[in-house]
Amino acid sequence: MKPATGKDPLLTLGTSRELGTVVCRTVTLIAALACLSTTSAQAQTVAITGGKVYPVSGPPIENGTVLVRDGKVVAVGANVAVPNGATRIDATGKWVTPGLINALTGLGVAEINAVPATVDRSARGDSGVAASFPVWEGINPASTLFAPARNEGVTSVGVIPTGGLIAGQAAVIDLVPGTLTDMIDKAPIAMVAQFGDPRDGGSNARGEQYARFKELLDDARAYSRRRAEFERAQTREFAARRADLEALIPVVEGRLPLLINVDQASDIEAVLRLARESNVKVIIAGGAESWKVADKLAAANVPVIVGAMINIPQSFSTLGSRQETPALLQRAGVKTVLIGNGSGEEGFNVRNLKYDAGVAVAYGLKWDDALRAITLTPAEVFGVANRVGSLQPGRDANIVVWSGDPFEFATRVEHVLIRGREVVQPSRQDELMQRYKTYPPVYRKP
Amino acid sequence: MGGVVAALGACAPAKSTAAAQQPRPAAATTPARDTTRPPPGLGGVSAPNADPFPSTYVVPASRATVIRNVTILTAAGPAIRDGSVLLRDGKIAAVGTSVSPPGDAEVIDGRGKYLTPGIIDDHSHMGVYAAPGGDALSDGNELTNPVTANVWAEHSVWPQDPQFPRALASGVTTAQILPGSGNLIGGRSVVLKMVPSPSVQGMKFPGAKYGLKMACGENPKRVYATRGPSTRMGNVAGYRAAWIQAEAYRRRWDKWNADHQGDPPQRDLGLETLAEVLRGNILVHNHCYRADEMMQMIDIAKEFGYKIRSFHHGVEAYKIADRLAKEGISASLWSDWGGFKMEAMDGVRANLAMVSAAGARAIVHSDDPSGMQRLNQDAAKAMAAGEQIGIHTTEDQAIKWLTINPAWALGLDDKIGSIEVGKNADVVLWSADPFSVYARVDRVWLDGAPAYDRANPASWWRTDFELGNVPLPTGGAR
Repeated sequence: MKPATGKDPLLTLGTSRELGTVVCRTVTLIAALACLSTTSAQAQTVAITGGKVYPVSGPPIENGTVLVRDGKVVAVGANVAVPNGATRIDATGKWVTPGLINALTGLGVAEINAVPATVDRSARGDSGVAASFPVWEGINPASTLFAPARNEGVTSVGVIPTGGLIAGQAAVIDLVPGTLTDMIDKAPIAMVAQFGDPRDGGSNARGEQYARFKELLDDARAYSRRRAEFERAQTREFAARRADLEALIPVVEGRLPLLINVDQASDIEAVLRLARESNVKVIIAGGAESWKVADKLAAANVPVIVGAMINIPQSFSTLGSRQETPALLQRAGVKTVLIGNGSGEEGFNVRNLKYDAGVAVAYGLKWDDALRAITLTPAEVFGVANRVGSLQPGRDANIVVWSGDPFEFATRVEHVLIRGREVVQPSRQDELMQRYKTYPPVYRKP
Repeated sequence: MGGVVAALGACAPAKSTAAAQQPRPAAATTPARDTTRPPPGLGGVSAPNADPFPSTYVVPASRATVIRNVTILTAAGPAIRDGSVLLRDGKIAAVGTSVSPPGDAEVIDGRGKYLTPGIIDDHSHMGVYAAPGGDALSDGNELTNPVTANVWAEHSVWPQDPQFPRALASGVTTAQILPGSGNLIGGRSVVLKMVPSPSVQGMKFPGAKYGLKMACGENPKRVYATRGPSTRMGNVAGYRAAWIQAEAYRRRWDKWNADHQGDPPQRDLGLETLAEVLRGNILVHNHCYRADEMMQMIDIAKEFGYKIRSFHHGVEAYKIADRLAKEGISASLWSDWGGFKMEAMDGVRANLAMVSAAGARAIVHSDDPSGMQRLNQDAAKAMAAGEQIGIHTTEDQAIKWLTINPAWALGLDDKIGSIEVGKNADVVLWSADPFSVYARVDRVWLDGAPAYDRANPASWWRTDFELGNVPLPTGGAR
């Protein structure tokens, strides 16, 4: 196969803007790191002007302006006055959206999946129960996986523990350079559990698994009523350790949702029964066959976190996998959050969320609903919509400027702002590509 | 990447593309005096083992078909706007801005749509790791010995794997099924057409050469950590030991085939396969992530006189793309799978574009039945990533990553992989530009016969397994 043109394309330069993007990222890396290390200093006004603005919380605005001050959105509209001294970002011909939110990731706690020393996503737990496990405490702000996601428009992620019957507690973070404290939006956002193949969760049959859930929730309730007696060892034996029971109290009190990974339609119905009987709030994740019970999910007001990439009956729990699921859920009135469920979407490819949305559209989801499903809806489901997920006054200024339709492959991310600051930081991959753009590679600068 | 990280290795010789396209007469091995056995067929092997599981696929009868007013990405030249193509008797009979349809032809209007060659995935484990998975269907890695050149992937393929019809419905018409990557030498691949059949023989691409799967790096050394090889240097010693045996075996048999003196040498299935690689009759597909390991595999190939046809996965291919171009080795790649293990850390999304721009054959492969359904999207991501570093890839080039280049890797570029007169009539009609996220496959023709029609669910191929188990996904939101 020949090079595209007669000459060696490796020696040709891209357009000035293309080159500018990457080179600028490289050159400014150190400066950017220095400046981003002081994320608290945010006295800055930014005006993004002239773009097609998708606030998500309201209808799109042609030729709109988004005004940002001190890290917050202060105005969005077609007739917003830009104060003197504001940093202007010309978005003429561009699309402006809230930063994308990938709801189910292991970012920061799973660096290289095959290197256990870099993975802190699954607790050892006690008989499959790790309710007290705060996964966010293991987040490494120096993870190399933040930059690829952020540079492609993902500004917040759910960090979700995995494994066992009750995996632990999840958080939402902003992909803002800084410390863990800087990054966290909210923790916990949910208690994570699995209701899939019972053998994965330490039971041997579905009914046994159901009974274990009931027992755990009942005991958490009993424990919360009888804490003092428990401390004096005057209670019966409970089904979990003290710390885990303690962690389940907000769940049984309805203050913290139970995010349950479940696929098979009959299992989803079991989860709905459990939620009713135990009076807990649930969120369905995975949901391969959720389309079969869409009406029941809508009636119970249970949100579903689901992908649009899988149509293969990969297991006996997912025989009904199909790519129209997000569209069918949305049509039934289910609050639908889109995630990537193509293979290899974890970690490296948290960035591909926008393409999952595009595929969902190709399989029937309305475009506006798809954008909402990767911005405002996950923010609502995780209880952080007061901060992220939409462009309206008072929200954190997590904003992406795109060269066109965000879901299309040819579209480029032109600007990413998190809490009002433009984040400019090349990924490892950017640096590798620069190094090997010519042969022999440049290992040392003269 | 499924439960098991797949590995492939291919090493194929070919001093030139033209030479590679020709079925090679295996001169030294042709059993000229042995009239009791059939001669090796196309893609056949040495005399004692000539095609013992022959393809039973028959090109179906079909009505002549014209698709017109369509944008044709030919993979053989510039796109044809408002073009037409005539499919007749299983072949592409005419292509151009207009063709004259025979009176009995079905005429399909492709206005606003795109036509491409059938997509070819040169790295799949469909059938050998069939859905719905589990131990019962896990037949892709014979992890009992680091060198299992004696196993053939086709003997594990379950034709009722529901992944096959899904591949077809996404535009894939041909796939190479490989053993997994747990072994240094994993065994023979098989090239299949995406057609229903009660037997794998009924899916086998007639005349396709076999491939040999080899694997570098972490997988074999992890699998055999306790018995060895447990290191990369152990891996290399293992390949070399196998080739030393294979070379001796080849000499013994070539000599006997030439003179027929005395009893024939004892057959050895594994060495027979390796000897066929040394004779150039089997193409080497080499799973290898890192640039340094690819360079070592190239030297091993030179030491023993074989060629590597394609490096698979090659997340670091961009680091040595100039060498791959020079050596005539293709690179079967993902756009953006990476980071999941140490040897995959340096994956970059422009890999395909960088390899292609350096003059090497770039191929989009899947190693995954879900990714396989979106190879066009993978190409689009790589195109966009290339643009970001100043490498422009046209759609006319990128379509080759999905069609004619993998066809070459399989030694089938004289039969499939482009829309040219005389090629097999494997074509895909897309609802829109296939490099758009919104494009869907509307129709697929395989050897000129209608194989998939999105608008007609009753016509969809459903495997035996799916009956009663898997609901037909109709009634979706549109």
